[in-house]
Amino acid sequence: MPRLASPRTFLKVFIALLALTALTTGAAFVPLGPFNDAVALLIAASKATLVVLFFMNVRYSSRLTWAFAVAGFCWLAVLLGLSATDFFTRHWIPSPSAFPWR
Amino acid sequence: MSTHPHLHRDDPKDYLHCEYGIRSWLFTTDHKRIAILYLVSITLMFFVGGAFATLVRLELITPQSDLLQPETYNRMFTMHGIVMVWFFLIPSIPAVLGNFLIPMMVGARDLAFPRINLLSWWLFTASGVFVLITIFIGGVDTGWTFYTPFSTFYSNSYAVAAALAIFINGFSTILTGLNFIVTVHTMRAPGMTWLRLPLFVWSNYATAVIMVLATPVLAITLLLVGIERVFRVGIFDPALGGDPILFQHLFWFYSHPAVYIMILPGMGVVSELVTAFSRKRIFGYHFVAFASMAIALFGFLVWGHHLFVSGQSLYAGLVFSLLSYLVAVPSAIKVFNWTATLYKGSVLLATPMLYALAFIGLFTMGGLTGLFVAALGVDVHVHDTYFVVAHFHYIMVGGMVTAYMGGLHFWWPKISGRMYPEGWAKIAAGLIFFGFNLTFFPQFLLGYLGMPRRYATYPPEFQVWNVLSTAGASILAVGYVVPLFYLFWSMRYGKIAPRNPWRASGLEWEEADSPPIKHNFEEVPTVTKEAYHYHEGVRLG
Amino acid sequence: MVEAEPVGPHHTPLREQFEALGQQREADTLGMWVFLSTEILFFGGVITSYMIYRSLFAPAFHIGSGHLDLVSGTAMTVILLASSFTMALSVHAAEHGLRRRLMLCLALTLVLGLAFLGLKAHEYYHVYQERLVPGSRFHLEGPHAREVQLFMMHYFIMTGMHALHMIIGAGMLIFLITYAARNTYKNYTVEICGLYWHFVDIVWLFLFPLLYLFELRTR
Repeated sequence: MPRLASPRTFLKVFIALLALTALTTGAAFVPLGPFNDAVALLIAASKATLVVLFFMNVRYSSRLTWAFAVAGFCWLAVLLGLSATDFFTRHWIPSPSAFPWR
Repeated sequence: MSTHPHLHRDDPKDYLHCEYGIRSWLFTTDHKRIAILYLVSITLMFFVGGAFATLVRLELITPQSDLLQPETYNRMFTMHGIVMVWFFLIPSIPAVLGNFLIPMMVGARDLAFPRINLLSWWLFTASGVFVLITIFIGGVDTGWTFYTPFSTFYSNSYAVAAALAIFINGFSTILTGLNFIVTVHTMRAPGMTWLRLPLFVWSNYATAVIMVLATPVLAITLLLVGIERVFRVGIFDPALGGDPILFQHLFWFYSHPAVYIMILPGMGVVSELVTAFSRKRIFGYHFVAFASMAIALFGFLVWGHHLFVSGQSLYAGLVFSLLSYLVAVPSAIKVFNWTATLYKGSVLLATPMLYALAFIGLFTMGGLTGLFVAALGVDVHVHDTYFVVAHFHYIMVGGMVTAYMGGLHFWWPKISGRMYPEGWAKIAAGLIFFGFNLTFFPQFLLGYLGMPRRYATYPPEFQVWNVLSTAGASILAVGYVVPLFYLFWSMRYGKIAPRNPWRASGLEWEEADSPPIKHNFEEVPTVTKEAYHYHEGVRLG
Repeated sequence: MVEAEPVGPHHTPLREQFEALGQQREADTLGMWVFLSTEILFFGGVITSYMIYRSLFAPAFHIGSGHLDLVSGTAMTVILLASSFTMALSVHAAEHGLRRRLMLCLALTLVLGLAFLGLKAHEYYHVYQERLVPGSRFHLEGPHAREVQLFMMHYFIMTGMHALHMIIGAGMLIFLITYAARNTYKNYTVEICGLYWHFVDIVWLFLFPLLYLFELRTR
């Protein structure tokens, strides 16, 4: 039988997740300027990490499982990142055709 | 195990003869039978796609749009692209040769998930029926690339039906990729370490990774196009602030890796053919294996080179251009290593080897012209011209289809238990090589001279090259039909094959019969030798 | 690496392509993880689109986000997290052969999942009533109304695909409960279905801040 976390650990993780949820909703009321986004996504990533490590048992799983868990997110980062190089550098060369509708 | 031909033929336990009846085929979970099911399906689709190509080339004999109206012509090249890409090229080697060989090559009795394998084929068939229905009711005219806003708003064709067919097809691909990945990780026989795997397995593994990570993006993109078309409101619509170029980013994020899905398995086949017919181990095994993984990885980073003239930022174009040059490096490494394998090898010019050598030459030409189009300035001139068409046909047809033919011939004795007739096979290979070059080399010239692609008409000064191209296409067509006849013929009248007619290395040749029993091996083998152990001697029977 | 495990009433039969149960379990688990990677990219496509438009049309997306009910969104997040908790408990119960606890936890997970879907349906209806559904019936006063429609398109596509995956997950749970009731459950099948359920939860963990928390709620 492979190693699994105990129900007690699951409860602790659940409480942590609830706390993080309260934190993220609360942060929506605090004006942090551009950091609001970063904070919200950081908290979401932390919650996701807790779910992956404990509820999905990656903490006690093989390296291979861990690799596949991470791979999908890495590829998503590539899609986002390289697409962003287009959209965020278009206005570097001013041209009427860059965003005609703005 | 006896290899006596007579006993062999009467032995009812091989996978082809162990069960009879249509149900035993349509509901099989045997990876070898599923491979045959795919062989039948994709061969049918190849000729459907070929029929569209024939109509395109017939229309282009004359500068005017006299055979077909432009609107009809648009549907012809679109359906040619859609059918060839998704219903022939992407499944071809993985679904036929990969399904058949990978379990044996790793020393397993089947793939990890045989029922999911069958589901893959059923999904493929369903998507094939769907696309044939789409063709029958009128087809789609957006180009296989479905660019918005034409596909979402202005096209008066069955874009949603075509998109749905491809969506279903995508799931077939994803499941095949999933199966291959899990099989290679968990089903290798004792002693079969990663670095003892045949390079065919490495290539298909890399292909499977691409299949699994890229295809879902195609799925969501087609869904978004379908939603926009059906509900007449969507995220690519400039009226809402949407950007059509976003569609191109999402589409090509899949479609560029897709071309590596198409070529990597072909490279895997070539690695097997070059070693078997030089009777030598591959030069630089590690380099070739890791080059496959590098192609899979880098292939995801270059998609913007399809968007150079779309309105994409110039700076993004610079980044993508640089990355596109990098992705050529692992492919070049493979070409060097295959060539070095030939050096001082004991070369036998059997038909599979002829195809492998053709691949090396033609793929190199196609790949080098890829460097042309990866240059921003050159691409401004040749984008959307026949130069690009010639470039990708050199890789896809001169490369991939050639490798597929080579692999089909090489493993035919293993699959069917019969030898194909070598004389006819060489004639067909010759016709294909000559016909192919006559068809597509003039297209490099046409593109450079400025003939745009996807047009039913052209300036009269281009007619000479177009006529030559069509002449080549007619020879090429004959070259592809001839094997259909002699392979069928060989199933009944071909020479009965011994277990290892090519005296090749590999578990499928050394440990399994021709054709294999249902469970591949009497006993699961234990592996002690490296992949291409020609210097240590090969088991014949 | 490959262990032999006894075949008993709560153990899974060995399928013929495998040599040992440990190998089978490893393959099944890896298969589910590979599938989940495909799902990351599937949602990733529309999330990419959302992120790009969000930065291009920040004011409009602020307005759109402001029209979503934060209380409802937070409640949905809490419900899904609870369902992941009960799912994890189910997996634990299955591993230890505790059938009654397994059925209870699976049932709780299902109820929580259905509660989420109920809240979502309510929210969709609310958006419909405010005439914010994109298309010919869309109506909004004020600046940036055009791009708010873009926001709402993303909202419906992202949460709609998510809800579809939840419905599939609910179906899976019904199967698992049935197996457990008949005492034919297979212990690690619960774990593998659990992986799917947790993944769908994780998607929501990202959708929630992206869609609901963009607007600064200083009321």
